[in-house]
Amino acid sequence: MRNLLNVLVIVLSAALGLVLIGVILESPSPARVRLSEEVLMQIGASGVTHPVTAVLLNFRGYDTLLEVMVLLLALLGVLAQMGKQKRENPPAGFYLTEPRMQVLLWLARVLVPLMVLVAGYLLWAGGHQPGGAFQAGAVLAAAGVLLNLSGLLPSWMEPAWNLRAGLVSGLLVFLLIAAAVMTTASPGLLLQYPPASAGMLILLVETGLTLSLGLILAGLFLFLSGDAIDEEADK
Amino acid sequence: MSGALIYACAGAVLFVFGVTGLILLPHLLRKILAFNIMGSGVFLVLVGLGQRDGTPDPVPQAMVLTGIVVAVAATALALALVRRLLSLTGKIQFPEEPEGSGRCWKNK
Amino acid sequence: MFDPVPWLILLPLAWGCLTFLAGIGRGGRLVVAGLIIQLVLTIILARQIVMEGARHYAVGGWGAPLGVDLYVDGLTGIMLLLTHVVALPLVVYARAYFSSQAEGASYFWPLTCFLLAAMNVLFMSADIFNIYVTLELLGLAAVGLVAAAGSAGSVTAAIRYLLVTLLGSGAYLMGVALLYGTYGSVSLAVLEPLLATTEISAAACLAAMLMLAGLLLKTALFPFHFWLPPAHGGAPAPVSALLSALVIKASFYLILRLWFDLFAPLVTTQAAQLLGGLGAAAILWGSILAFNQTRLKMLVAYSTVAQIGYLFLLFPLMTSAIPGAAESAMQGGVMQLVAHALAKAAMFAAAGVMVLSAGKDDIALLGGMSSHLPLTLFTFALAGITLMGLPPSGGFIAKWLLIDSAVSGGQWGWVVVMILGGLLSAAYVFKVLRQAFLPPVAGIKFKPVIRMLEWPAFLLALISLLLGFRSVEVLNLLGAA
Repeated sequence: MRNLLNVLVIVLSAALGLVLIGVILESPSPARVRLSEEVLMQIGASGVTHPVTAVLLNFRGYDTLLEVMVLLLALLGVLAQMGKQKRENPPAGFYLTEPRMQVLLWLARVLVPLMVLVAGYLLWAGGHQPGGAFQAGAVLAAAGVLLNLSGLLPSWMEPAWNLRAGLVSGLLVFLLIAAAVMTTASPGLLLQYPPASAGMLILLVETGLTLSLGLILAGLFLFLSGDAIDEEADK
Repeated sequence: MSGALIYACAGAVLFVFGVTGLILLPHLLRKILAFNIMGSGVFLVLVGLGQRDGTPDPVPQAMVLTGIVVAVAATALALALVRRLLSLTGKIQFPEEPEGSGRCWKNK
Repeated sequence: MFDPVPWLILLPLAWGCLTFLAGIGRGGRLVVAGLIIQLVLTIILARQIVMEGARHYAVGGWGAPLGVDLYVDGLTGIMLLLTHVVALPLVVYARAYFSSQAEGASYFWPLTCFLLAAMNVLFMSADIFNIYVTLELLGLAAVGLVAAAGSAGSVTAAIRYLLVTLLGSGAYLMGVALLYGTYGSVSLAVLEPLLATTEISAAACLAAMLMLAGLLLKTALFPFHFWLPPAHGGAPAPVSALLSALVIKASFYLILRLWFDLFAPLVTTQAAQLLGGLGAAAILWGSILAFNQTRLKMLVAYSTVAQIGYLFLLFPLMTSAIPGAAESAMQGGVMQLVAHALAKAAMFAAAGVMVLSAGKDDIALLGGMSSHLPLTLFTFALAGITLMGLPPSGGFIAKWLLIDSAVSGGQWGWVVVMILGGLLSAAYVFKVLRQAFLPPVAGIKFKPVIRMLEWPAFLLALISLLLGFRSVEVLNLLGAA
């Protein structure tokens, strides 16, 4: 019975795959609406010069607002799963043997400042070439993970108010700017940046996002890594 | 057939692999990996179809960026839940799956 | 003119951030106050829809296809109103519930705020990619809430729920990719005329199948219902109520939207009959399984599986060529959606009170509940009346409209299913009530519960019952074009 079901799933999936490929191959070449041309036409009013950033933070900035919320939600879910037991002194990094640790420490000390620099550059570059808040946040988070693994940064406990504020700051800044442009501008639509100040507002949003995305992404790792250390210690 | 369609076709294959794995694999970590493969397949189709006339289209690229972030978030939540399940039951599989199919963790 | 649309998006997000800032388990009062504000906003919006009709809202001022569009019409108004009318008593209930037992309370408030924000943005979205993001939001929030209970059972249920919802949204996104690749837009306002005027393409058909299959998986229509009962039955009672009453309705709402607007040129009578058949199977199988449960919350969860089935009867009924039959099918379906949301929220809330008082989730332990918690038992019975479809409840109007449509359209088979379903739901409701009137099981000691747990549930049940008298207003709002 079980095998029969497995075979059925495999056959159905294979059929779906073939149909998908068939549809992709025979789909008519030019799409009916040429959205990429419209993006290039309107990009002057978006406040940035890189088309992907223009779509991400202006034309479809609403999606990005919701996307930050997705990350925050995942973090809340992770936090709710944290071990409830209070750990007295976090034994971060104790499981690394000494010689390896020396190399790792050296690596972390060289790399982390560089990573922070790279994150700042990515944030600034996002306006006119590939880069932006999400990439910068990811690099910052990676720096946090590296610090944690090399024992320089302890795993995070239940967050105190300052960490919580950092985690939501990106979304709060985004919300405040959205509410501000809506109530001050004359037509007053959600996320409608005035073309003159759009570039500045987008940079502001991106800066907030970089910091808080870095914290959120790092948190997804750091809030849980403490439990792992505990479990190792139990064995 | 342009080069971009190769990406879209590869995306279709990855999508189907991911779906099959997500349904059939008993080990939860593999299910999570399968979900990520499925997601990558969709992203490839989205971008590949968008740039089949040769010029990259920024709109699907921005959508894929959004999609990647959503996938990262979902993966993190799934891993946290699986970790929790492991510490509660000692297994990385659903209780009704046959014993041993999700045991790779213990064999390290 | 004041426009409530953007505030219905920004405010719940702001409450979510603020309750997170306030700290673990805090912020309940803020959420209650915030929901009152939002309820007022939705009433203003509903009035605007009735007066001025449906309208688009261009986020960022760009407009489709470049930007993201929102769209509000009568159905959106009903869903938003329903969300807030159900959520407001439930958050009052949740405050009382988590003061009695702390399990699962830690991040309940921010998760709930984000869940409600996700519902609002989902109902108003008119952009299929944006809908994908809102679906993921809703899924992650719901999974986080289910898992927060922390037991092995609820974590297992949450993982299964998460994997199912990710598979569903993956299939949905593949459909979006195909539609974008073929037509070059993700805006419903652009895609609809394109699909209606051009020759039907294979890509559009495949996209429709993938998107609808993904949404059916999320709506837990039979045979995709396997994930629902453990997730809804294992969560803390306020969470179960929110999920069963509202969250599954969100993906059903999207099916409704896509089926009758975007994919209207593609859908066939056979496909509609298939959905109706699955709905009928859900009604019968879900009711039978509900009757066989020994745990109260699992019984209520299986009853949700059955009640979802009624919603899908509207698809075959809408294919009827007789004027009036299709219209009353739509009205009946939407009434069923509203009535079930109210009644199921009341029922889960009441079940939660009884389980809290008995200390264990077991129907056999309910003996003596009739004298210990008469108001809660009365709530359960009132909600049961709506589920059975007895007058004057909203459920009665819903089933009346659906049966009326089936009779005038000559589709007698569905009438039989609906009547059988009503009898079966009477069976499982009376199973609980009968047990509650028996003498208490020896040795059981009911814990006292605070009043604030009982009244919100009663209020919800009362609204679901009295909805029958005010159904004209609801149907008026639905008809506002």
